[in-house]
Amino acid sequence: MLALIIRRLALGLITVWLVSVIIFLGVEALPGDACTAILERDAHGEALAKCREVMGLNTPALTRYLDWSGGILTGDFGLSANGQERIAELVGYRLRNSLLLAAGALGVGIPLAIFLGVIAGLWRDRWPDILFSTGAIFAMTIPEFVAATILILIFAIWLGWVPAIVLTPADAPPLDFFPEFILASTVLTMLMIAHVMRMVRASMIEVMAGDYVQMATLKGVPYWRIVFRHALPNALLPAINVIALTVAWLLGGVVVVEVVFNYPGLGRLLVDAISDRDLPVVQAITMIVAITYVGVNLVADILSLALNPRLRSHQERGA
Amino acid sequence: MSSTSPAARGLRSVEVLRAMMARPSGAIGLTLVAFHLLMAVLSPWIVPFDYKAMDATLTLAGPSSAHWLGTDHLGRDVLTRVMLGGREALLVTGTATPVALIWGGLLGVYLGLKGGWRDEVAMRLVDAFLALPGILPLLVLITVFGSGGEVLMPTLAFFFGIPVIRVARAAAHEVVARDFVSAARARGHRPLDIVRRELLPNVTDTLLVEGAMRWSWMLLGFSALSFLGFGVSPPKPDWGLMISDARVYMSLAPLGVIGPVVALSTLIIGINLSADALAKTLGLDHSRKAVI
Repeated sequence: MLALIIRRLALGLITVWLVSVIIFLGVEALPGDACTAILERDAHGEALAKCREVMGLNTPALTRYLDWSGGILTGDFGLSANGQERIAELVGYRLRNSLLLAAGALGVGIPLAIFLGVIAGLWRDRWPDILFSTGAIFAMTIPEFVAATILILIFAIWLGWVPAIVLTPADAPPLDFFPEFILASTVLTMLMIAHVMRMVRASMIEVMAGDYVQMATLKGVPYWRIVFRHALPNALLPAINVIALTVAWLLGGVVVVEVVFNYPGLGRLLVDAISDRDLPVVQAITMIVAITYVGVNLVADILSLALNPRLRSHQERGA
Repeated sequence: MSSTSPAARGLRSVEVLRAMMARPSGAIGLTLVAFHLLMAVLSPWIVPFDYKAMDATLTLAGPSSAHWLGTDHLGRDVLTRVMLGGREALLVTGTATPVALIWGGLLGVYLGLKGGWRDEVAMRLVDAFLALPGILPLLVLITVFGSGGEVLMPTLAFFFGIPVIRVARAAAHEVVARDFVSAARARGHRPLDIVRRELLPNVTDTLLVEGAMRWSWMLLGFSALSFLGFGVSPPKPDWGLMISDARVYMSLAPLGVIGPVVALSTLIIGINLSADALAKTLGLDHSRKAVI
């Protein structure tokens, strides 16, 4: 078990390291650098030389990679390209805001998705299943920005229940984001529920057809006790990894949703940085997302190994 | 299957299409996709107005007999722009999807057959690329190369090919263990010949279904980029861009948003329903697999 965890951990670290190399080399291999990107047409002669001096672009690539990656390990992402701001400070509150948004979506979405998945699984091919499964397909296919726009149109403009966009500054205390926060979080929740629900439904159907469920039924265990005590814990195991993937998806989907709602999070910072061609900020945000992605999947892997003895022995034999 | 003639293969695709049409999801899906493809081809000749023509006296107008869906903030006809708005998206994703499928599929199958250190290294790289979810890697490349169709096509083809490697590799693994591959190896065939003659014919079904799903995700990605202002450049009409522009005037002219929203959604739902029907027809039900 410990060996397996260490193996996963090592793989995760290798992945993060490779991402950092790809991001660094990707920018390195391209024509031009951070300075030509910022200066644009003025990128020649003295201005260019001075900018490269200030940004430390004259040192060898390897030294710069080590500086950059070493900085990330200590939470120092260096300076942004345009305003000479510290990226760590720029990112701080926005990362918190994005996590807040994701936490809101997960906190509501996952219990709801499990509930709907169980219902759909138990009433397979009858109206609750058909209703939820069709809804899930629609939620999965409609782009985030379309769903967000439709919700704004209905709830903010036609009904006027909630504000359409967030005007709170990035460093405001979390509670200040309230009413505005609701629509943005709802969009993410809606789209996220679909994947988890479908997974729970499928594994619920499989588990309910298992021998031990039949055994419990024959022994006269009450139906709902079978569902909650015997079936549900087993049905949720495969859902752990899907939830992890959903979190990863949230990190990507959050970009568009933040832009639509003008929410001051990491995603909007990223889009602003891209418009300004601010490569250091883009690199930093990409690294943060990649680390989060690998971390969440690692936790999910370890959790499902710990909770599922069958998986454990199977993989130990395999490895 | 390796000896099927082109005629027999053509016959099989007709059969598959017919079987798909027999399912309600396939019938609806294929009809929607066919409608959008037809519209993309024919729209330049049948649109009622010039998509660039502005009318300053008629901005954000409601529906009328001349402008069925009203006009946008520059007085351009919304219906015209909705009819034309899918062309760029379909052209870019329609080219990038097969490219992604071919390079990802070939590499994946080859790795699945070959194994060893090449496989190990490649899969670690795949993991690293997949650690950047959604449209993030696209955004990074756009920062560097700038936006526009000529950048987006290769970018989409590259990034959407990466998950295909994984799927093709897994599919190849199942085939590699079978006797006819061992037989081909024993006969002394070269790896590339084994890939072409033994493996590819057996994984094409999986790759086709994968390709259909990838197409819909690629469209989602493309429209999201367009919406963020990194895709199609104005005044070219594109649904994502139109939604982004019209959203500001949503309370005055809701049809400016609803038009492109309906167009984009029906296309994506159509592709998804077709993919679903294709998977069921080919006996590859993917509803249990996690979506990456």
